[in-house]
Amino acid sequence: MPIRRQSVAGTTYAFDGLVEVMARATPLRSGDQLAGCAAESDAERAAAAWVLADLPLTTFLDEQVVPAEDDEVTRLILERHDAEAFAPVAHLTVGDLRDHLLEVATTPGAASTYAALAPGLTPEMVAAVSKIMRNQDLVLVAGAAEVRAGFRTTIGLPGRIATRLQPNHPTDDAAGIAAATLDGLLMGCGDAVIGINPATDSPRTTADLLHLLDDMRQRYEIPMQSCVLSHVTTTVDLIEQGAPVDLVFQSIAGTQAANRGFGVTVPMLLEANEAGRSLQRGTVGDNVFYLETGQGSALSADAHLGTGGKPVDQQTLETRAYGLARVLEPLLINTVVGFIGPEYLYDGKQIIRAGLEDHFCGKLLGLPMGVDVCYTNHAEADSDDMDVLLTLLGVAGAAFVIAVPGADDVMLGYQSLSFHDALYVRQVLGLRPAPEFEAWLAGLGMADADGRVLAVDLEASPLLGIASGGRP
Amino acid sequence: MSTPDPWAALRRTTQARIGLGRAGNSLPTRRVLEFATAHAAARDAVHEPLDVEAVSAQVAELGLGEPVVLTSRAETRGDYLRRPDLGRQPASLEPLAGCEQGADVALVLADGLSSRAVADHGAALLGALAKALDGRRIAPPVLATQARVALGDHVGEALGARFVVVVIGERPGLSVADSLGVYLTMHPRPGRADSERNCISNVHPPDGLTYESAARVAAALVVGADELGRSGVDLKDRSGTELAG
Repeated sequence: MPIRRQSVAGTTYAFDGLVEVMARATPLRSGDQLAGCAAESDAERAAAAWVLADLPLTTFLDEQVVPAEDDEVTRLILERHDAEAFAPVAHLTVGDLRDHLLEVATTPGAASTYAALAPGLTPEMVAAVSKIMRNQDLVLVAGAAEVRAGFRTTIGLPGRIATRLQPNHPTDDAAGIAAATLDGLLMGCGDAVIGINPATDSPRTTADLLHLLDDMRQRYEIPMQSCVLSHVTTTVDLIEQGAPVDLVFQSIAGTQAANRGFGVTVPMLLEANEAGRSLQRGTVGDNVFYLETGQGSALSADAHLGTGGKPVDQQTLETRAYGLARVLEPLLINTVVGFIGPEYLYDGKQIIRAGLEDHFCGKLLGLPMGVDVCYTNHAEADSDDMDVLLTLLGVAGAAFVIAVPGADDVMLGYQSLSFHDALYVRQVLGLRPAPEFEAWLAGLGMADADGRVLAVDLEASPLLGIASGGRP
Repeated sequence: MSTPDPWAALRRTTQARIGLGRAGNSLPTRRVLEFATAHAAARDAVHEPLDVEAVSAQVAELGLGEPVVLTSRAETRGDYLRRPDLGRQPASLEPLAGCEQGADVALVLADGLSSRAVADHGAALLGALAKALDGRRIAPPVLATQARVALGDHVGEALGARFVVVVIGERPGLSVADSLGVYLTMHPRPGRADSERNCISNVHPPDGLTYESAARVAAALVVGADELGRSGVDLKDRSGTELAG
């Protein structure tokens, strides 16, 4: 791309290459400032947005932000690009694409139009358009899109929002994990997955926790999937040893180098997907991957440089991770948006914006997108910011959110949503749990005919026996 | 007559906030206030500036020499949080100019992400470290503000010390806001990777690790690193100290 110039308020700004335009046009965030690729001023950011809006979408097929010869994620994105699906928008600019997406949102067949378009869009095109969309645009388009996936529950149905129940414990204590799981189930959570971040990556611990959850599932006939979020290689080994693996977990990022930092390659992930599917443990679908991502992961691994050795902005790199993710056809994928810290997303405003961007970009690319609505104690954010983001994501049709007891993850040391927050968003927006899970709750008298989760006395609960989990 | 809380037994198995009850679908008032209070304490621990004068006076009483005060290139707390790179670099090493060179161990007490941890436990932990390292030449202690661990590499190099031990405030959680971490690096110089350090975390008696236990592990790591010729991931703690709180 030749050097592009744009004048704003009497000053002319020059942008050298696609990487620079993308970064300078990105709404302000601390991670891009840390990487040294953010616009120097609001006027420069506005100038870059004009330039970006004028770029033909075909630019993104001709010019790469991360060179294909250095990066297997770029090669995968290019190999999987569907020219036929792209044809209807091939003549558009980035600005035109925004208008088109908003037009489509007003039509009756919006969801299927987006779904047909998805394979024709590259992650970089989607990242680019998101940068010139306001928060309401990100909500509106994502809200009109639909992406479904299934294993033992169905994820992504309209009018529903699922939850990952995250019963983490600092020492992986079985009784403590069982107690937190019981608390979440009584609050109607766990329909996306009951997923434990283990305190260690020991295969033995992972296997023990898998058995704990699988025994619980079978004993109480819960339509659910479990996951212990160990490294993908640990999980694949456990599959070979016959452990009850429902979902295969892995953190992924948008560059080959960042994925190397996570200890994964594309072929490794494809093989793990096959290994998970070979068990055929799903009942309503065979999506077996659970993926996590987050803006800033490439920069934190010093794996964020692109074409010309220039730093690529963190939101574009995040969206490239979704390009990799969709090849794996996951059941669940979420951005851990406020987890990484204020050096990447400084405050509530930046976290909210990033959460909406990630959700929109993932969903438009065809992913069952969820969000870990969260923050750390050194970020300028609090529960009020999380309330705003959760409400917006509910309106935007997020597939699922993460919930921990009282919003306090005592293992990872950060704040996510509480089980109560999940009930709040379902109540205020009339959303219901995943249908299979809702039917199970209703069967036990824990939900009413509208899917509302009823208050249950612990000692009268049919699930009380879960509390002795891990203690025969 | 009060009804026993049926969750009481389950709470003994986890610190997680389970069985909070419901006000409609939402958290009861008491639970909302408890959470906000814990978050407030954690935020204050991050944002309250370190009382350098008071901590200097405490450190001076240890008999290790007059403490030298440094600050990083991050001028404000906002800069510090946004720019970890600036927190890793000293604004100036000039204050170290008069110090004697070639100590075995340089000690750096840094505010990190919890000034409260440093105010509550910093001097006492330095004292315990000096005692456990008895017989080694210890450089005058350095007190560093807006500092991250790698700032110690500059200090260690400037003092020509064989080891630098950085005692630093850890990121506050909702239940613990005053925890210190100890990072040991052999042959410190700018550019050392995190994998070349050894870390002892969760020092906050009485609930966390005690000063003496942390100091014993650090002293054992110094012995081990001298044998191995380097600190970092290849060096394991063989002091036998139980690290779990």
